[in-house]
Amino acid sequence: MEPILKVQNLSMDFGGLRALNDLDLDVISGEIVALIGPNGAGKTTFFNCITGIYPPTEGDILITPPGKKTKRINGIKPNKVTERGLARTFQNIRLFPNMTVLENVMIGHHCRMRAGILGAILKDRSTIKEEERVVENSYQILEKIGLSDFVNEFAKNLPYGAQRRLEIARAMATDPFLLLLDEPAAGMNPHETEDLDKLIKQIRDKEGISILLIEHDMKLVMSLSDRIFVVDYGKKIAQGTPAEIKNNKAVIKAYLGEDIDA
Amino acid sequence: MDYFLELFLGGLTRGSIYALIALGYTMVYGIIELINFAHGEIYMIGAFTALIVISVLTMMGMNTLAILVIAGVIAVIYSSAYGYTVEKIAYKPLRNAPRLSALISAIGMSLFLQNYVLLAQTSDFLPFPNLIPDFEFMEPYAHIIGSTDIVIVITTAIVMIILTFLIKFTRIGKAMRATSQDKTMAMLTGVDVDRVISVTFIVGSATAAIGGVLIASHVGMINFYVGFIAGIKAFVAAVLGGIGSIPGAVLGSFVLGWTESFATGYISSDYEDVFAFLILVFILIFRPAGILGRSERHRV
Repeated sequence: MEPILKVQNLSMDFGGLRALNDLDLDVISGEIVALIGPNGAGKTTFFNCITGIYPPTEGDILITPPGKKTKRINGIKPNKVTERGLARTFQNIRLFPNMTVLENVMIGHHCRMRAGILGAILKDRSTIKEEERVVENSYQILEKIGLSDFVNEFAKNLPYGAQRRLEIARAMATDPFLLLLDEPAAGMNPHETEDLDKLIKQIRDKEGISILLIEHDMKLVMSLSDRIFVVDYGKKIAQGTPAEIKNNKAVIKAYLGEDIDA
Repeated sequence: MDYFLELFLGGLTRGSIYALIALGYTMVYGIIELINFAHGEIYMIGAFTALIVISVLTMMGMNTLAILVIAGVIAVIYSSAYGYTVEKIAYKPLRNAPRLSALISAIGMSLFLQNYVLLAQTSDFLPFPNLIPDFEFMEPYAHIIGSTDIVIVITTAIVMIILTFLIKFTRIGKAMRATSQDKTMAMLTGVDVDRVISVTFIVGSATAAIGGVLIASHVGMINFYVGFIAGIKAFVAAVLGGIGSIPGAVLGSFVLGWTESFATGYISSDYEDVFAFLILVFILIFRPAGILGRSERHRV
């Protein structure tokens, strides 16, 4: 099966510091893939390279949206990456705090809309139709994510777990084929994490969106992932199914340090 | 009482003019946190463009009201083009540079545009014809308020309403608000931030040009330096109201307009600027973020 995201020999330098070193990774359609590693391993930098926030120093990022040709997306602007069908969330919540929940999700539709300023002023039929479609679609997404009760609330007034879910809702509104989640369970209590587990599986199964996630909660990672990639100091040290990773010596060493007896 | 009313309405006119210019400062600041010092020059260029168009059309013998409208439209288009270009040349390359670099670039742009107009036109004051006719129904109140003032206040009100609509209800308005709240995230949700910034500059320049045409016909003369003075005053108004906030800029402008008007009327016209800046000092002491401003939070 052709991977929808294929990253080859990716390296990223910040001055003299090599944050990512010759990294390979791929996601196949319909998979949930986890990227794990100790703090500072370069996981978020990896996301930033893929989504166009940093242009990578070396390597290739290739995407194959379903039914379309493979394209190299190194160094294109973040809004173009989103247009091509990759959406992401952040480790620390980055909603638009002074916009309502509905507006936050509507902004996600931005790159899929055509109407310009002229349309907004003239309010011709196609603009009105488009707007209605966007609002309706936004309500549907909020319904799926379980945020229907908060539609007109300002994003900043939402409880923490709901804010995290809203980030996912907004990302889904961009109509992606691959969703990048950066520590979606950070700061959640066990109950919220369980809900998140269900939600992510539901997004994959019902919406057909593949998922690449960074996560520290190992229980969640093991429960969700089809495959896991492990990085340390910007280098890939292991990859495989959850069962393989659990018993991988290099991974245990990276997380727990050298075994004294060994 | 008549005198008070006259000063009150005079302040309202002044405030309206300041508001038209202050909007550009505050919108640009809201989006890219840059104080666009060249904004006053955009206003001045609007006034000059209008003057040139008016001179040509008057020679052709057109109806005055038609001349005013055409001159206004051309001034808006021309100034918007300037605003757009200034952003592309002087600010876009410095998008990721320290804020101070962009600020200095803005001051440079301001000086450049002043001197460009000085060379291309003249350093003398040029008379600007007043094309706004005296309305007949205004006759009984003519000693309190002129028809020019009425036109200024009404135009400003209309511009404000359109702008509020644009920002609150349109797609580009939503993109603007998103960009001002979190630029990176706006990009990642698919907003073309460069385009949003361009539109912001265009809209800001357009309102400044409208201000330029109106105040030039109010005052009756212009030169290359008017943009600097008006720019500084509007900047004060924007800071007074809380820079980055659009209602703040409007409120700040009216506070400044009234302060100047009453100070001139009851004390002495020599102290006009003194009171304008005095109120700025006081407001910044007690509300450093401005009247409606939010105190800035830095993300760690």
